[in-house]
Amino acid sequence: MAGALNAAMADALAADDRVLVFGEDVGPLGGVFRVTDGLSERFGERRVFDTPLAESGIVGTAIGMAMNGLRPVVEMQFDAFAYPAFEQITSHLAKMRNRTQGKVELPVVIRIPYGGGIGGVEHHCDSSEAYYTHTAGLRVVTPGTPADAYHLLRDAIDSPDPVIFLEPKRRYWAKGEVAFDRTATPMDRAVVRRTGKDVTLIAYGPMVTTAMETAEAAIEEGWDVEVVDLRSLSPFDDETVAASVRKTGRAVVVHEASGFCGYGAEVAARLTERCFHHLHAPILRVTGLDIPYPAPKLEEHHLPSVDRILDTMARLQWDDVPFENEVRGA
Amino acid sequence: MTLTSLPLRHLLPSETPIGLLDADGRLIDGSELTMPGDEVLLDLHRRMVVGRRFDTQATALTKQGRLAVYPSSRGQEACEVGAVVALDAQDWLFPTYRDSVALVTRGVDPVQTLTLLQGGWHLGYDPYELRVAPQCTPLATNTLHAVGVAHAARYKGEDSVALVLLGDGATSEGDTHEALNFAGVWQTPTVFLVQNNGYAISVPMSKQNAAPSLAHKGIGYGIPSLLIDGNDPAAVYSAVRQAVETARAGGGPTLIEAVTYRIEAHTNADDASRYRDSDEVAAWLGRDPLDRLEAYLTGRGLLDDARREAVAAEAEAFAASVRKGMNADVVSTVVRPQSLFDHVYAERTAALREQAAMLEAELAGEEA
Ligand SMILES: Cc1ncc(C[n+]2csc(CCOP(=O)(O)OP(=O)(O)O)c2C)c(N)n1
Repeated sequence: MAGALNAAMADALAADDRVLVFGEDVGPLGGVFRVTDGLSERFGERRVFDTPLAESGIVGTAIGMAMNGLRPVVEMQFDAFAYPAFEQITSHLAKMRNRTQGKVELPVVIRIPYGGGIGGVEHHCDSSEAYYTHTAGLRVVTPGTPADAYHLLRDAIDSPDPVIFLEPKRRYWAKGEVAFDRTATPMDRAVVRRTGKDVTLIAYGPMVTTAMETAEAAIEEGWDVEVVDLRSLSPFDDETVAASVRKTGRAVVVHEASGFCGYGAEVAARLTERCFHHLHAPILRVTGLDIPYPAPKLEEHHLPSVDRILDTMARLQWDDVPFENEVRGA
Repeated sequence: MTLTSLPLRHLLPSETPIGLLDADGRLIDGSELTMPGDEVLLDLHRRMVVGRRFDTQATALTKQGRLAVYPSSRGQEACEVGAVVALDAQDWLFPTYRDSVALVTRGVDPVQTLTLLQGGWHLGYDPYELRVAPQCTPLATNTLHAVGVAHAARYKGEDSVALVLLGDGATSEGDTHEALNFAGVWQTPTVFLVQNNGYAISVPMSKQNAAPSLAHKGIGYGIPSLLIDGNDPAAVYSAVRQAVETARAGGGPTLIEAVTYRIEAHTNADDASRYRDSDEVAAWLGRDPLDRLEAYLTGRGLLDDARREAVAAEAEAFAASVRKGMNADVVSTVVRPQSLFDHVYAERTAALREQAAMLEAELAGEEA
């Protein structure tokens, strides 16, 4: 996946000299995850460069550059280190089009490696998607496969709207075929990764792989699982997701972030509004625990696992859903 | 003007504010700043008179309920006008909420200038038309935008400079430091003008800053900095002009602290008597930037009663046009409910189309 992201930036840089890539350590080092490896060498330090260590500065100057005709692609080194830039993102990046009645658009991409599962120490594993999806004016996308990593990033760079591009860092090393022909699914559409008839598993980013593994494991239990990869968290593709849930009548939403006020709550609410009469059970969530991201040796208990998803699916099909948090805490 | 001319080659600002005219409008001998030409001074005078009249008109509009809020810049006209006149057409202005006089000086339509404060929309003008960024409400965030715009200008081979206005309180925000640092490292053509009007709402400088001056904050970023008399229009014009020329020639950023005073309260909603006494205000009234320039120009024989009257008439006509433009009919046409959904994304999303339909139905119901 890291290679696909790298190729996407290289192709975008080659196609349009308004595209610039910058951030902390993205130059000669190629980023701490090597996602920008070789780009400054190939395109020069004018196009791909290191900035001072200041996230608000990176996003704030990117806003100014975009105001003046450029297309910045910036990297936040890790999820929790994007928080110093939060004001620039929410007050300006997201709102500039609106504030200026459409006169100023900001085609900025903010790449954020996010999520856990790599044994990182604190502040390196947050899933911060709900902060961004709650903010009108931003697009928020996250690839679940290497092919999507390429195409979503190309689309994000082409987008006239600002895009928060969440990279599931534990999948950086995932392998997969990438067709570079640019006829892929549009950026704001979800895709059905696997068809099934009993239950829809809704996942995104790092959890797409886990959801696919769960679907395979579920065969033994006699369940035919459909997996929907959201890809675009905002805007949300109601059509694709609701069609799947209407077909299966059951849905589980999976994400790494804490459940309380999390992204899954929005998905469950929307689907309930749209599919109530097709549902055989409430929509359930399998999420991270409602705790600050735990220390590396404890993260396996926090993150949704295949087993935890299977257990939740079991309750969904045969039991009344417990009233309390028991479901997620099981 | 060469890049090495005084005082820009110095990183250390002077101990006291430098100027060209003293409080009585007398020329200060041996100033490091260059006296602007007579034409410029007359232009500054005319625009300051118009700017002040605009300011009092806007304050009156708040009393009539036409404006939701207005932060007056009365007393700060030397900064508002001097800085803007020092820019060329290709340069960018990054103003804050207080800088409406700077906007009208730049040529932004007064009614469009007041749209934000009137509550019609967040912005009433096209930022690209006169290269004026939206007036910034979150403190100090505009400093980074100015650095970005300036960087992009250089990337594209344009020779434009970005001037950013900020207050003394805003210098405490992290973004100011990040912007100065980025500007210093990248050597962007950015000019930072701090209008030190003594207070951030109620908080005085003594509780805001421990450095000898705000200009001293440039040193740590390798940015040449000036401490000037912000009630001296000639000084503000000269310092900003010099900084703009330096930046345009590739000499990098400059930080200018202009020491001035806010005569009115923070906004019409603020009660300034709770944090400062009337003696202080009275003392600053004696340092009025307009009186000072008038005294100088009159003494030089450049300003006579005829010209004074002509300028006053221009200001009155401007105020009348502002009053006319702010009438309720014009305002109501600006506020179109469906525009709520127009500019959130490049195209309306499915969710926004749904919500627009809901609002449409609500409005139809109201009319029925
Ligand atoms: C980030 C942020 N914090 C707080 C405020 C609320 N606020 C508005 S104006 C102001 C004081 C600003 O003082 P200064 O920078 O000196 O500018 P002045 O108003 O004197 O022109 C404050 C605290 C704000 N606008 N933005």
